Amino acid sequence: MDIPYTTQARPDTGLYNAKLGIWLFLASEVMLFGALFSSYILLRVGAIDGYWPHGWLNIPVGTVNTIVLITSSITTVMAWASLKMNQFGRFKFFHACTILCALTFVGIKSYEYHDKFTHYSIKLADGRIADGHLVEKSPDLNLDQKTGHIVIHGHEVDLANKQGKELETELKKLYDLRSPEAREVKHTELKYEAAQIASMETYGPWHNTYTAIYFTLTGLHALHVIGGALVIGFLWGPGSKMWKTDPERFTNRIEVSGLFWHFVDLVWIFLFPVLYLL
Amino acid sequence: MSDEHQPEHFSHHVRRYLFVFYALLFGTVITVAASYIPFGNRAINIAVALAIACSKAFLVAGYFMHLISERKMIYGIMAFTAFFFIGLMALTVWAMFAGFPALTVTH
Repeated sequence: MDIPYTTQARPDTGLYNAKLGIWLFLASEVMLFGALFSSYILLRVGAIDGYWPHGWLNIPVGTVNTIVLITSSITTVMAWASLKMNQFGRFKFFHACTILCALTFVGIKSYEYHDKFTHYSIKLADGRIADGHLVEKSPDLNLDQKTGHIVIHGHEVDLANKQGKELETELKKLYDLRSPEAREVKHTELKYEAAQIASMETYGPWHNTYTAIYFTLTGLHALHVIGGALVIGFLWGPGSKMWKTDPERFTNRIEVSGLFWHFVDLVWIFLFPVLYLL
Repeated sequence: MSDEHQPEHFSHHVRRYLFVFYALLFGTVITVAASYIPFGNRAINIAVALAIACSKAFLVAGYFMHLISERKMIYGIMAFTAFFFIGLMALTVWAMFAGFPALTVTH
């Protein structure tokens, strides 16, 4: 039995079924990301002054990733337009570029995640906080048994017994990395024995509300990129056989997958300034 | 993306897509540049960044997703979505007047 309305528009909706389906799906996606953006706003507005991170993410890297995703959007729409112009070779080329862009985006995002998972915040026994990237961790490091050591490349801040302007300056060294106070900080190699350390953790989702919402939003977005790339990859590879048997239906499949891909780009257009710049 | 489009019309569309692509790249550059401008108030920086992001989103949704020339059914779906999305964002505004305590931070 043939699936109805794969190419012809349904008289009541004026659309082929897959197109109506993808738009309903995208509507649900808007609500999913909308709820998370709403949560982000609540967390940010509710944070104590000076404690919401600013400049924790690498702006040039984020900008490059934004350009990569925008490029993938134009190659997606060009792939669809190529099919409409009966140019299958051009379609193959443009969608190969889309897949390449998707892989580049995920690769860059993985690099950024790795940077956060090797960034340590160490609370020292004397109350100071050491903050920096991991250089070396001895295999026997155990805080409970007080064995081993860790070396980071970073700096120390002392928030204890500080108030007013003094506390504000120290906080900026930790939380506002685009501030002049943070830029003046010199980073050096710091070694700590386990006995000196009260607790330590990486900048993973568990670190604070900012990293939690950052990993949730970008992680969910990255899953969409991976999912979209898998679908586009299928349609570029084995799925493209349909072009020979049912070109119109294949073109519609490319349109539907493209609509999803543009939505993924659209979400990133808001994620980039919100998480990296503001 | 209406079905009546013929192959010969698509070179015109392609030029439009390229124009949108350049506009999106330009939008990205000015978003980054604007974030370095001290407007005197963080709220202005946020407003500028979101205004640019909304313009870019309009270009992607309008031209790449062809929302500027779609069927009524899709406009209907989007109208519902916009209504509930605005509701979600309004929740944050209402919460600001709820007087909940600031999140605690421990070191």
